[in-house]
Amino acid sequence: MNTPTWAVELDHVTKEFRGSVAVRDISLKIADGEFFSLLGPSGCGKTTLLRMIAGFENPSSGDIYIEGVLMGETPANRRDVNTVFQSYALFPHMSVAENVAFGLHMKNINKADIATRVKQALDMVQLGAFGDRRPKQLSGGQQQRVALARALINEPEVLLLDEPLAALDLKLRKEMQLELKSIQQRLGITFIFVTHDQEEALTMSDRIAVMELGKVLQVGQPTEIYERPKTRFVADFIGECNFIDGTVLAVENGAVTLETDGGVRVVGTGMFPVAAGDHAVLAVRPEKVRLVEGQQPQGTNVFAAIVERVAYIGSDTRIIVRLPDGSPFDVWEANTVSTLDPNQYYTAGDPVYVTWATQNSLILER
Amino acid sequence: MYNARTEQRRAWLQASPALIWLGFFFLAPLVLILIYSFQGRADDGTVLWNWSLANYQKLFADGAFWRTLWLSTWIALVVTAITLVVSYPLAFFMATRSPKIRGVLVLAVMIPFWTNFLVRIYAWKVLLGNNGVLNRFLGQFDLGPLQIINSPSAVIMALIYGELPYMILPLYAALERFDWVQLEAARDLGAGRFQTFWRVLLPQTLPGITAGSILVFVPTVGTFAVSDILGGTSVNMVGNTLSLQFGSASNWAYGSAISMIFMLLLLGAILLYFKATREVNDGENPG
Repeated sequence: MNTPTWAVELDHVTKEFRGSVAVRDISLKIADGEFFSLLGPSGCGKTTLLRMIAGFENPSSGDIYIEGVLMGETPANRRDVNTVFQSYALFPHMSVAENVAFGLHMKNINKADIATRVKQALDMVQLGAFGDRRPKQLSGGQQQRVALARALINEPEVLLLDEPLAALDLKLRKEMQLELKSIQQRLGITFIFVTHDQEEALTMSDRIAVMELGKVLQVGQPTEIYERPKTRFVADFIGECNFIDGTVLAVENGAVTLETDGGVRVVGTGMFPVAAGDHAVLAVRPEKVRLVEGQQPQGTNVFAAIVERVAYIGSDTRIIVRLPDGSPFDVWEANTVSTLDPNQYYTAGDPVYVTWATQNSLILER
Repeated sequence: MYNARTEQRRAWLQASPALIWLGFFFLAPLVLILIYSFQGRADDGTVLWNWSLANYQKLFADGAFWRTLWLSTWIALVVTAITLVVSYPLAFFMATRSPKIRGVLVLAVMIPFWTNFLVRIYAWKVLLGNNGVLNRFLGQFDLGPLQIINSPSAVIMALIYGELPYMILPLYAALERFDWVQLEAARDLGAGRFQTFWRVLLPQTLPGITAGSILVFVPTVGTFAVSDILGGTSVNMVGNTLSLQFGSASNWAYGSAISMIFMLLLLGAILLYFKATREVNDGENPG
């Protein structure tokens, strides 16, 4: 094996269930020690993909390699991966310590070593004092930690996490995100993390694969996924985004001018090869749009609009304005000035100009 | 203190219909049998009111009774073990189907209840008899005839058949509640199929196994109809002895003594069994 090995390599993996395709021809390479997220709406195939890596399902076609070894139909118990299940799947008839020890018991490791490692694992997830309890006597967050310790004690090459934080409340979820990330960095284990929460994926991942309808739409670092989405779906699924449909009028040095059906012209950065007459969509994120009052600003992408709704959320003010053609447009303004002066905030009915820089908007396939 | 006492009083009050019911239908007959067991038999076969321990002295010296008890226990153990082994995979299959199919299968398990038990036992006689369906079939191939009828085998077969639903249903109930993801979790943690079954599934379905085993063992050990019809004179179980004493022998007092001892032994066995299974699995009730 001269080629560099990957923690997990998927080679044209497809999974069909009775005629319906859950995973469609996916090829991915996940590096050792990487925090890799599979992000997508429910039913996009991300969990099926994870289950195939774990060995609970076999691909209908294509190959899966773990640490360079072809898995074929190797059963789950012979794979050097462990899973943290969404429902935790703790064994209710065993104590917390017995749950955590289970994997080592299966490997016939001697009792003294098991006891030491169980203690270490429980300490790692701050449950050192809870070894004698039953899983049902713990809170959701604590059960989550037991599930994590039970998987990590086996020191797998790859840890698979299936929406492990979905059942936790927001504050606990944020805490666990940080904790998971720091454990992952400390142990250097490859994490493959399935989630439908885009913020969670952005905060934790080294790289993200965005999935829809069984396909991977885009793989990249969080900044790439957010700032340079390749498709409208990715732009829409990750964060908020305004879209303006139109026909390409001109292409000049990468700047693409679109004309809407209503005759309005917008300019954005071309993200795929286009020619005049093509249909395309301009995507611009609400925080990259500015509102101007009074004098009409100069330049491209300037539109008169009326403020329709204002939501003050503390750090930002989220404003929905209505463009001349009647379509709504999201604008987020950071509240950089501390003031109680009502004149400093927009109110519904205010006439404004909406504007954004060409390089901050992208021209995507429709 | 006051509150606790009113609480207690209210609890008794709420339970009183059940207590009266239990007292009337269970406790009173039991006390009656207990009293009978210390009496004697009059020449005309009625109960002779004469308190003594004679029945019990006779019973402990009665070798025939202990042989029937041994045979009953042995048959009941075999029947319970085989129904358990047969029912577990079946209940597993049922519990892993879709909810709609599960309903149909549960109904299918209960269908035999719609026919009278005795009729079904006579059907076994037709099947297993010396000139029965089985032996005539074997005769086609110049095999047999097998002497099954009037032997413990026939009794055991019919009992297994009759008791199956009582084992399947509690097992099914236990398996249906099981969280199947745990099987994947066990595999994921390196357990093979057997270890997954032994360490994860089996301990959590133990309450169902306990319930099913008791539901099968108790009626089986006390049966008299099946052993009477299919075992003839060669299969003498406790139930047959009892039916003899209360029936043609007309010795109610002695029959009552047998009942009492039999009941006590059974109760002791069940308590031991409960204790053993609870020690293996105390996971159902944490704390």
